[in-house]
Amino acid sequence: MSRETAVKSHPLDPLLRADRLPHIWCPGCGLGSIMACLSSAIAASSIPAEKHVIVSGIGCTGRVAGYMKLDSFHTTHGRAIPFATGLKLANPELEVTVVSGDGDLFAIGGNHFIHAARRNIDINVVCVNNFNYGMTGGQAGPTTPVGARTSTTPQGATEPTFNLPLLAATLGAVFVARWTSLHVRQLEKAMSRVMEKDGFSFIEVLSPCPVGFGKSNDIGDGLDEMSMYRRNGVVSHDADLTEAGIDMKHDSPIVLGNFRDVERPALGVRQ
Amino acid sequence: MPRGQVFVIPERCKGCRFCIEFCPEDVLTESEGMNAKGYHYAVVAEGKEDACVDCRFCRLVCPEFAIYTEEVQ
Repeated sequence: MSRETAVKSHPLDPLLRADRLPHIWCPGCGLGSIMACLSSAIAASSIPAEKHVIVSGIGCTGRVAGYMKLDSFHTTHGRAIPFATGLKLANPELEVTVVSGDGDLFAIGGNHFIHAARRNIDINVVCVNNFNYGMTGGQAGPTTPVGARTSTTPQGATEPTFNLPLLAATLGAVFVARWTSLHVRQLEKAMSRVMEKDGFSFIEVLSPCPVGFGKSNDIGDGLDEMSMYRRNGVVSHDADLTEAGIDMKHDSPIVLGNFRDVERPALGVRQ
Repeated sequence: MPRGQVFVIPERCKGCRFCIEFCPEDVLTESEGMNAKGYHYAVVAEGKEDACVDCRFCRLVCPEFAIYTEEVQ
């Protein structure tokens, strides 16, 4: 066998707007890994690619819609879920996946999330949580851990944060998981699972933001944060979600798993 | 045990080292040369030519769609 072979294209390129690569995300950002898992899950899905739709809001994660060579919507800030709801109700044949950031989905878009989960609309929501507003300069948001330094909390954040899997499960989401951009196999499987599942499914994916969050919180670059996920990640599918908050301290466990997979009457299901 | 061949797209790499650090078989290392943007991309390490088992981890973890493997018989 030989050493590596240099080539010009990638097997997932047919699902990507490959002419836009390399993408704008920083070295060490986990967004590309998450998009690779999503592309792989779509490629393996029994639903044809032309029936898949990606909807995203604003922010670094919002760029995912622009890089996928599928029907996709890059919507206004916080409004990815309302757009996705409209798409799904008007055309239940579509497999609609929202990919957006923690700030977009849970700050400005928070109310849309709670009502979509309450109604159990048949969409998949992938929330990439990097603990800050990365694109605009590393400001604190609703998932910034207490004590974390950001450009708007230079002395350390003081507000309590959302525990996203607990929130989603409480609101009635039929599938709730948390993985990281390192746990790519589990993430790919969870994405495949939500594509075949009816109802409102939620996957939180932790991802390094070395420029916006890592460097001001003694985490270091993207590789260091990925190593932290490996060191501190505890897979517990039966975890008590009230104990699954994240503080991103160097010795604190990060609870991961497919926490909930139940059935409940859903809205917008293809007949 | 399957055997894999590593394929890289040097111009897409941004040198994050995810594939190098987390390859379960420690197959990869940094290139000596650089790509056009100045990054040392991933290459197969010396002595690891037969070590890839086509587990696909690098393909999934690479944020840049710059590396993948294929099974060889």
